[in-house]
Parts: sequence; structure tokens; C-alpha cells
Amino acid sequence: MKRALAATIVAALMSAGAARSEDAPPQDVKIADMAVKASLTGTPGSPEEGAKTLANRSLGNCLACHAVQALSDEQFHGNVGPPLDGVADRWSVEQLRAIVVDSKQALNDESMMPGFYTLNVGKNVRKNLVGKTILTAQQVEDVVAYLATLKE
Amino acid sequence: MNRRLFAAHSALLLIVASITGKAVLADPVDDSLQIDGTEIITRAPAPEGLPFDQVLSGWLFREAETRATEADSFANPGMLAVERGAEIWNTVEGTMGKSCASCHQDAAKTMKDVGAHYPKWDAASGKPLNVELRINKCRVDNMGAEPYKFDDPNQLALTSYIKHQSLGTPVGIDLSQGQMQSWWDRGKELYYTRTGQLNLACASCHEGATGKYIRADHLSQGQVNGFPTYRFNTAGMVSLHNRFRGCIRDTRAEMPAAFSDELMALEVYVTWRGTGLSVETPSVRQ
Repeated sequence: MKRALAATIVAALMSAGAARSEDAPPQDVKIADMAVKASLTGTPGSPEEGAKTLANRSLGNCLACHAVQALSDEQFHGNVGPPLDGVADRWSVEQLRAIVVDSKQALNDESMMPGFYTLNVGKNVRKNLVGKTILTAQQVEDVVAYLATLKE
Repeated sequence: MNRRLFAAHSALLLIVASITGKAVLADPVDDSLQIDGTEIITRAPAPEGLPFDQVLSGWLFREAETRATEADSFANPGMLAVERGAEIWNTVEGTMGKSCASCHQDAAKTMKDVGAHYPKWDAASGKPLNVELRINKCRVDNMGAEPYKFDDPNQLALTSYIKHQSLGTPVGIDLSQGQMQSWWDRGKELYYTRTGQLNLACASCHEGATGKYIRADHLSQGQVNGFPTYRFNTAGMVSLHNRFRGCIRDTRAEMPAAFSDELMALEVYVTWRGTGLSVETPSVRQ
């Protein structure tokens, strides 16, 4: 039993970052009225993890384009997109989820923002990334949970 | 503007920026550039069809120290590549016992302003050639030498040397020759095509977001009048096709080969977008 439990934990650790079977596959995530109603995972997002994913240059790298005052310890916030301070006053959680999933569908097709949980991507995607999303479903939920704390 | 005044001006801008907390430095600077007494055109009326009033050299988007390094040809590390290029120009290579100078004599005279008008249609090749490909064709056809491999240091040096003979000359390519117009068309299409997992086109950053910051990187118009360029972050010369490939890689896309038809078309189009800007080779960037 103990061995089986250990094996389960190892498997869970190994699959961290990969899509889990209960996650909604990106092609099944529907954006309607600028919103994604249901959680992508059923597991509540962690704002703490979300802040890390948002700042991490190889994950969300959201600070490349958006400034966040609460993360002023991080260097070099970009200004291509609007600051995220107060973003939770402007959008609902369902809308924030839709914008993170695929801003071109949620906002407009000319949006420069990458879609973080969509397969509607650009041409000639690097071979090892074909069919993959930028963030996992849970990472999206974490980021959305963090964004939901950004009230003014 | 003398150097000391220039430094004071930059310091003042920084102070203003820190007081207001606003992106005062986000706009291209209001400054002029002379290199060895040559006036460099860093702002020019945009060619018809561009959504800008003016085309702007990337020099205007860089920080004071970077701009000062380009303005001083003794401080500009890119001039080492130009000097190396001058040596290559005079070095005999290949089975025919010739150097560049054997046929073209003094580059200061024979290559003056030549690089400002590349890429150029080449009927024999049935496509546009840039300076790198023109050099390679000359090496093979007229010297009996091996063509340079992409980004061979000698290719970078000789290209820099030849382009440098156009320092100050406004960029202007002839789209009326051969099939140049259709290469321009294809290049334009590529410029606006989003690539990679990040789903970005050249235009996303260099047209739609010019003047803004991505992290610490101040987005310019992505002009190519200064290539090959010396970059501080790699401490070496960077060719245009290397830069194209790097940008495309950053969208998380597969990179087209250097000098492929795709990237040659892009070079034709992007060069046109900088019509009227002076050649700055070797420019200095971050």
C-alpha cells in the first residue's frame, strides 16, 4: 500500500505541468459573451502560484507587456498592454479567464496578446510545441486567481 | 550637440522620468546624429503606404550610452569588423588569384553608396541579391573561391566594410527591376503574418507597438539601415538574417533558413520600409 501510494505521488509529480485527464482540452474551451464560465480544471486556482506563473519569463511572462504595482520587486515591467492594477474591478473572473485563454477571441482579433490556452496560434509553430498550449489549465486558473486579487 | 551637453540632456531626461514615474523615455529621442562629420538621417518622410508619418532609425530608441557609442567611430566596436573587412578586400583568395581589389580597386570609390541600394535584382540568379549573396556570387564566379557560409566572421566583416562605404547615404531600392515588386509583395505578406505559439507578426511589435516597452526592450520600427550591427548583448556583429531568425524564434516558430526566398523577400520589403534613412553600418544597438 505504502509503495503504491509512493508510486502515485511520483506519477503525480511527473505529470505536474502536463495536461491532466480532468482538464478541459483547449479545443473544448468555449468563449461565449467574452467569458469562459467554468473552471478549466475544477481545482480552485492559487493566487500565490498565479503570481509566480505571471512573472516567470518562460511561463506567463505577463510583465513583458503589463505592469503590476504589487510585483514592483520584479524588474522591467512592459507597457505594450494596459497595467493590471485594478484589473479585477474591470473584468469578472469569467472574463479574465477568457482573456487569458485566448484574447483574440475574447477581445478582438488584432489583440497582440498571445492566447495562453488555445491551439489557435501562428504559423510554423516550433515542432516541439505543436499541439501544446503556453500554460497548463491549472496555471491559467492560478493566474486568473491572482488577477482576481488585483483590485483598487 | 557636443558630447557633454548630450550627456547632460540624457541625465535630465532620466531625472524627469524618475520624478514623474511616466514613460518619458518611451518616445524616440529628439536628437541628431553625426558620425565622423557625416550627417546621418535618422528621421525621414515615410514612403507612401506605411502607417507612419516618419520612418525612424532604431538609434533614436536606444539609450544615451548606446547612441554615444555609435556616434563616435573610435568607440564603436563595430569598426573593428569594418577594418577587418578592408583587409579581406585586399586579400587574394581562390583559384583565379584575385582579391576584391583586383577588379574593384579602391572600395571608397567603387563601393561608395552601393550598399544603400541593396537588395538588388540579379537577372542571372532570377532573384534579388543582398550584399552577402552578391559577395558569394563574386567569390564563386570571379575568384574561384568558396562562398562564405552564413555568418562566417569574414562574411560579416566584408559585408560591414562594403555597407560602411554608404555611411550617410539614404536607403533606396529599385523595385522596378525584374521581379522585385513580387518579392516586395511576398515580403509584405510575411511581415503581417503571425507566427509561432506566441502568434506574433513583425508588425505586432514594430508597427503596432513602436515606442512601447517589452520588458526593458524599447520597441523600434525594426529598421534595417544599420546592419550588420554591433550588439552589446552578444558583444559582436549581428547580420540582418541572424536578427530576422532571432525575432522569429522568439515567437516560438521554426526559423526559415538564412538567405531563403522567404527571408530575402522579407529583406526587400523591410529595407523598403526604411527608405530615406541613412545607412548607419556598423550601427550600435543593445
